[in-house]
Amino acid sequence: MGTAWRAAGVAGLVLVAVVLQTAVLSQMPVWGVTPDLVLVVVVGVALVRGPEIGSITGFCAGLAVDLAPTADHVAGRWALALAVVGYLVGRLHAERSAWGGDRPLDAVLAVGAGSFVATSIFALSGFVVHDATGSVGRMLVVVGIGVALDMVVAPILLPPLLSLLRRLRPAHQALI
Amino acid sequence: MTARSRLSRLVRDGRDAPRSAARLLALLVLASAALMVVDARGGTSGDSPIDPARAAVGTVVGPVEAGANSAVRPFRALGDAVRTNGHLRGRVATLQEQNSDLRSRLATEPVDRNRLAEYDGLTSAAHDTGYTLVPAHVVGIGAAQSFTRTVTLDAGTSAGIHADSTVVSKDGLVGRVVRATRDSATVLLAVDSQSVVGGRLASTMKIGFLRGNGSLGNGGRLSLDLVDNAVPPQVGDAVVTWGSGKGGPYVAGIPIGQVTKVSTSPRELSRTATIKPYVDFGALDLVGVVVAKGTHSDRSLIQADGKVQ
Repeated sequence: MGTAWRAAGVAGLVLVAVVLQTAVLSQMPVWGVTPDLVLVVVVGVALVRGPEIGSITGFCAGLAVDLAPTADHVAGRWALALAVVGYLVGRLHAERSAWGGDRPLDAVLAVGAGSFVATSIFALSGFVVHDATGSVGRMLVVVGIGVALDMVVAPILLPPLLSLLRRLRPAHQALI
Repeated sequence: MTARSRLSRLVRDGRDAPRSAARLLALLVLASAALMVVDARGGTSGDSPIDPARAAVGTVVGPVEAGANSAVRPFRALGDAVRTNGHLRGRVATLQEQNSDLRSRLATEPVDRNRLAEYDGLTSAAHDTGYTLVPAHVVGIGAAQSFTRTVTLDAGTSAGIHADSTVVSKDGLVGRVVRATRDSATVLLAVDSQSVVGGRLASTMKIGFLRGNGSLGNGGRLSLDLVDNAVPPQVGDAVVTWGSGKGGPYVAGIPIGQVTKVSTSPRELSRTATIKPYVDFGALDLVGVVVAKGTHSDRSLIQADGKVQ
């Protein structure tokens, strides 16, 4: 499988996540917060492919969230947040390969930590560019619920997602 | 190659991989920051250089969102009926024993009936307010993680909608269009904490400014700061939009809500009234976008005399 095909596969996954999140999951919010499917996809890609591909995927996926309808914030905020998450989780991947293990709980914890980091960076970047943010209390509540929801959907989504992404990975990386 | 030089090369490679990833991350962070600066600077004057990209993504993603939304709509309506209506629960239980054809009819029928009632309501809203409306459906709701309360409509510039149009439902004011692409429009809800609406107390004609508290559910409230504090607002007073001229962003005379509480702050020597909006922002479906009379649109307009053209 060529690089272009692999990139198209990941791009397709990101697009499906963006559409599901804005059109379908937004119909059943918990206190206004919906699970962040795009984040789960970015974490999955970073776990399987490492920090470089992880951060690039995070940046592009964040850009899609920034530009797709319902978004009304300064573009680049989710791109920044998800690029950082892609990098950090990708570093975790490098460590994991050193242990040689593949523990499912780690992936779920990575989603939880990624959710915390991404939503926090997004909220803080709002303060910097004087974009809309709520009060600090409201922000913490939203971050908390977001982390919990993402960790609920992660065990359901990650196993099929990770096995799909492993199939999309070049042969020389197939050790992990 | 000696064993030692091979080892040192291995160590170097091992270090280089994270370093190149960190370099890439730094590049991406800079790119995001540049994007934010470019967008934020242009955003204040309303013509950001990022807007063409937004329009392009909106044109692609908007119709896909609308399709995905209409696919799940019947299931959502069925869920609501079961949750909210005791006797419907029993009815659904009996129908579940019947064949799947009847079940699927039950799933879509309340939606059709609700939609008919909503269209009726919107037609009378056009009649009451005297404005021409473009009917549109809410197909996406922005998540609370983005800290702005926005929704996406399935109609855009090809239906005659443009930025700074007023959006109403059959109950009252919904918000204003902040951005429109060919087939979709983004609406900032009046209940958003960044939204400021000019309001007028119906009883005393006093004007003031309404700000939202950002909550979509039952806790969604607006606070009204009056310009002139001589006459205190009364609980139960209706608040309507006062209108910002030229039909945008808010046209005049749209009902917003009702005063539920009046609080006085001795320190600021002013009174703040809490307004409960007429619109249930958690259950938005069919809305109307106010357009100028005679607007060219690819869908039928609801005229002020209640006729659909």
